[in-house]
Amino acid sequence: MSSQTQLDLRGILCPMNWVHTKLRLEELAPGELLEVVLDDGEPMRNVPRSLKAEGHRILEVNPEGEGHYRLLIRRGAD
Amino acid sequence: MDGAPAEPKLEALKADLAKESRRLKLNFDELKSGGFIKQTQKDLFTVRLRCPGGKVTSRQLAKAADLADRYGKGEVHITVRQSVEIPYVHYQHFDTIAQELRSVDWSVASCGPRVRVPTACGGCRYNPNGLMDTQALCQEVDKRFFGTPTGHHKFKVSFSGCPIDCFRTREMDLGFQGVLEPKLDEDLCNGCGLCVKACEEGALKLENGLPVRDLSKCNYCGDCVKVCPVDAMVAHRKGWLARAGGRHGKHPLFAYEVVKFISDDQVYALLERTLAWYKEKGQGRERIGATIARLGLEVYQAEVTRSLGLETVETAQERRKFWAGGNLYV
Ligand code: SF4
Ligand code: SF4
Ligand code: SF4
Repeated sequence: MSSQTQLDLRGILCPMNWVHTKLRLEELAPGELLEVVLDDGEPMRNVPRSLKAEGHRILEVNPEGEGHYRLLIRRGAD
Repeated sequence: MDGAPAEPKLEALKADLAKESRRLKLNFDELKSGGFIKQTQKDLFTVRLRCPGGKVTSRQLAKAADLADRYGKGEVHITVRQSVEIPYVHYQHFDTIAQELRSVDWSVASCGPRVRVPTACGGCRYNPNGLMDTQALCQEVDKRFFGTPTGHHKFKVSFSGCPIDCFRTREMDLGFQGVLEPKLDEDLCNGCGLCVKACEEGALKLENGLPVRDLSKCNYCGDCVKVCPVDAMVAHRKGWLARAGGRHGKHPLFAYEVVKFISDDQVYALLERTLAWYKEKGQGRERIGATIARLGLEVYQAEVTRSLGLETVETAQERRKFWAGGNLYV
């Protein structure tokens, strides 16, 4: 995946991690994919919920060592 | 004010008020609900406005500012129960103020041993956590129960949209909080585990790739439903959890959870029957929390909630999950 479609949000606190995700999704066309890496805890509690509320689709949730997760997201329609 | 001579002064004031009101053709029904609160300063009152759910129109707000400029000191006080008050108003202006309030569909609040103006959060209309429409129900409850005399003491009601309970239903004589019961469609679930992460109560865990709910921990917040990306976790039902017998003040009491998943119509029925029960069983100036403590929660449940056929919260064990414990409330 290109850097445009990957976002490493480890160490970025709520709600800034959501703001970054949102801005990046806005650069994509509906249906395109984005991968984000999120810390466990608050980020994993909040960001997925905001994604759903704004109509994006989480396709995969993959745990990756050291307490973080890789989410595969499909951008929703506007 | 100094103790003993206060009484004759008060009597004189009342007589004065009565005379003044005849002269001004004051509408005493309007005054009976309260809303005009005597201040330390001679002849001056605080006018408490009726703002159910803390919702007022911009026109009403402009009117409050205008009245404060003309009859008060150009200031208003925003109270802890979402009301707007105009302090420093001379009683001879009561009538004019009542008339002016009517022109914007407004009136003064209720005080004394009556049902007070209910409070409410934004609820589900625009708060992402909200599960139920607190504002709509709050307005309707105010319409139906405003100023109802209890025969004993004040009666406070509030509405919170979800278990975060910003409107402190535990401190109300009767408080209502939105609740949601989740349900899993196993065929849709992909086992991603996001719901488990979302649940702050630790009520969910994955077993054989599917989330399993521990009812003794679930507080019906709905977070698992709000996060599930494939709508496998959905709302089985929504409604109100009611708490009874709470109060703040000198001797605070935490309310008991008494019923759950009741509808708007059942909220009206519960209010009605609770008020009738309190009127009949209450003694002197006790709050309903004291009545319940004196007679036992079981009596309230049998005579009010169960007799209405509501889904009751029966055991202390079931209530336990709604508390964090603490120094005093054990
Ligand atoms: S009680 Fe819930 S819905 Fe109401 S303001 Fe608080 S968080 Fe929002
Ligand atoms: S409703 Fe709330 S407490 Fe109950 S399982 Fe879902 S997230 Fe957990
Ligand atoms: S979030 Fe939805 S899909 Fe994921 S485990 Fe929970 S119920 Fe299943």
